Amino acid sequence: MTFSLKTALLILLGLLTAILAPLGISSKFQLDVLTLIFFTAYIGQSWNILGGYAGQFSFGGVMFFGTGAYTSSILLTSFGVPPIIGIFAAIFMGAFLGLIVGYLSFRSGLRGSYFALITLAFAELLRVLANSVEFTGGGVGLFLTYAPGLHNLQFNSPTGFYYFSLVLLVISLAIAMWLERSRFGAQLVAIRENEDAAEALGIDTLKCKIYAIMIMGGMGGAAGTFYAQKYLYIDPPISYSIALSVEMLLVTIVGGMGTVFGPLVGSFFLHTVNEFARHFIDTPGVSLIVYGFILILIISFLPNGLVGLFRRTRKKKDDNDA
Amino acid sequence: MFSEVLSLLPAGIINGLMFGAIYALVALGLTLIYGVLHIINFAHGAMLMLAMYMAYFLFKILNIDPYVAILIVTPAGFVFGYTIYRWGIGKLSGGRDQNILLITLGLSIILENSALVFFTGDQQTISLPYSYEAFDLGFLYLSYPKVISFVASLVICLLLWMLMTLTDLGKAIRAVAKQREGARLVGIDVEHVFAVTFGIGVACLGAAGCMLLPIFYVDPYTGNIFVIVAFTIVVLGGMGSIVGALLGGFIIGITESVGGLILGESLGQVGISLIFILILIFRPTGIFGSKV
Repeated sequence: MTFSLKTALLILLGLLTAILAPLGISSKFQLDVLTLIFFTAYIGQSWNILGGYAGQFSFGGVMFFGTGAYTSSILLTSFGVPPIIGIFAAIFMGAFLGLIVGYLSFRSGLRGSYFALITLAFAELLRVLANSVEFTGGGVGLFLTYAPGLHNLQFNSPTGFYYFSLVLLVISLAIAMWLERSRFGAQLVAIRENEDAAEALGIDTLKCKIYAIMIMGGMGGAAGTFYAQKYLYIDPPISYSIALSVEMLLVTIVGGMGTVFGPLVGSFFLHTVNEFARHFIDTPGVSLIVYGFILILIISFLPNGLVGLFRRTRKKKDDNDA
Repeated sequence: MFSEVLSLLPAGIINGLMFGAIYALVALGLTLIYGVLHIINFAHGAMLMLAMYMAYFLFKILNIDPYVAILIVTPAGFVFGYTIYRWGIGKLSGGRDQNILLITLGLSIILENSALVFFTGDQQTISLPYSYEAFDLGFLYLSYPKVISFVASLVICLLLWMLMTLTDLGKAIRAVAKQREGARLVGIDVEHVFAVTFGIGVACLGAAGCMLLPIFYVDPYTGNIFVIVAFTIVVLGGMGSIVGALLGGFIIGITESVGGLILGESLGQVGISLIFILILIFRPTGIFGSKV
């Protein structure tokens, strides 16, 4: 993606709006929804790096989130390490887990559905382990104390968490933009389009895929710390929930895989759908049924997601103009 | 401690075999679909859950014994599977492996949450008049339902094997699995065979659901428990292999039961994910699978 002046201005405008938004939004609920949208877009972007750009779909992306959440929380509760340092440990552990999982599965040539399933199995394995060992608090989970302050990455107003999620989001967008312009990003796309051809061109596909899953892991790790500090409680089913694994691929696929703004667009769209669905029928499960249909429809008819729809119409317009 | 485990071992193994037969049946549907269509049905667990609910309501409302309900739920599973493949998955997927995985993922989300909306999230169990009667083997009491489920699963596996080897339909299915273009050339309606295979795969779940209900519970998420298990068995036994699914089922059943005995209920589950990961890494074609 090369940025035209128009795009750059739009991005700046969007960022400015996001920064100033809390001044205009007085409702705590709305600010919380926005925080959630940003958070989901962020974790969706982590999935996008490996799934969208490199074409390696994971069904167990939550494993990095959970591992990050446990890392910073255990450091805090058992060793008194403040989360502002803990979050870097969480990023490190997430990336390290990515290295292990990536090395094991990519080295043995697992692709496509097999890779998706093995990540699911890793997430399940970690969930069972977290449930069984002592230092994670087992099935009881970990309770964190509420002590607002920047060093604890806790805030006494929703605005604080809003900015926290915004920072995460901006970093994730920056990573994706860097991918679009860098050699490494181009290599990932080459792997996605035709791995054998990429290999033949001299790309070290194993190394590239491992780097990609490590970036995903590090991003997921930070997301875990964010979650733990916001909700002050984690347990194995939350930390390694299949639902979050699905959500991160859902927002990305709906928004547009392999695009910078896909996860954000998808996250906005699905959360809006969710609020609407809840407005009409307030039964748990209804919005997920809608999500399921949206996923199937997007896969079948809009493989490039909502962003692709926008691009296509824009391209048509350009063609007409010319 | 060690001798204690040792004395419980035979009981653990037999219990594992009982569950293993049902696991095998679940895995059989999955492996058949994979072997012929080369797709992974991620909605397998959700469909099993639906079958269990159907058996549950047949029992609650019409008072039909789950083992008799096999005769109703199995054909229903076939019709459901045929329909959903022929006019759903098959049309929408466009043939890409990952697309089918995602479409069936979407399907499982829809099925699971529809169950949540219509049947609530409560766990349902049933008790049969003979639920608490058991064979006394000396070292172990085996409840009637477990034994019936075991025998019935084996019978169904045998029937499926006969269907695949002795009938024209079986021959057509195997032809499509081997060479779909060739099969098309000799006049086999490939789309129909695909849908039939998918239907048979789901029909296996219908039978498995009926047999699981008396010895397990059902809630909208029950299927999740069996998804990883079924995939593990399929990968272990080799994608597409019927014998492999059966043996894989037994191996996993025993691993789970004995693992639970040695490591405790909660850590015992580690065994299955671990086997799955190890097999995928070191021998992705499985024990009985041929090189893809």
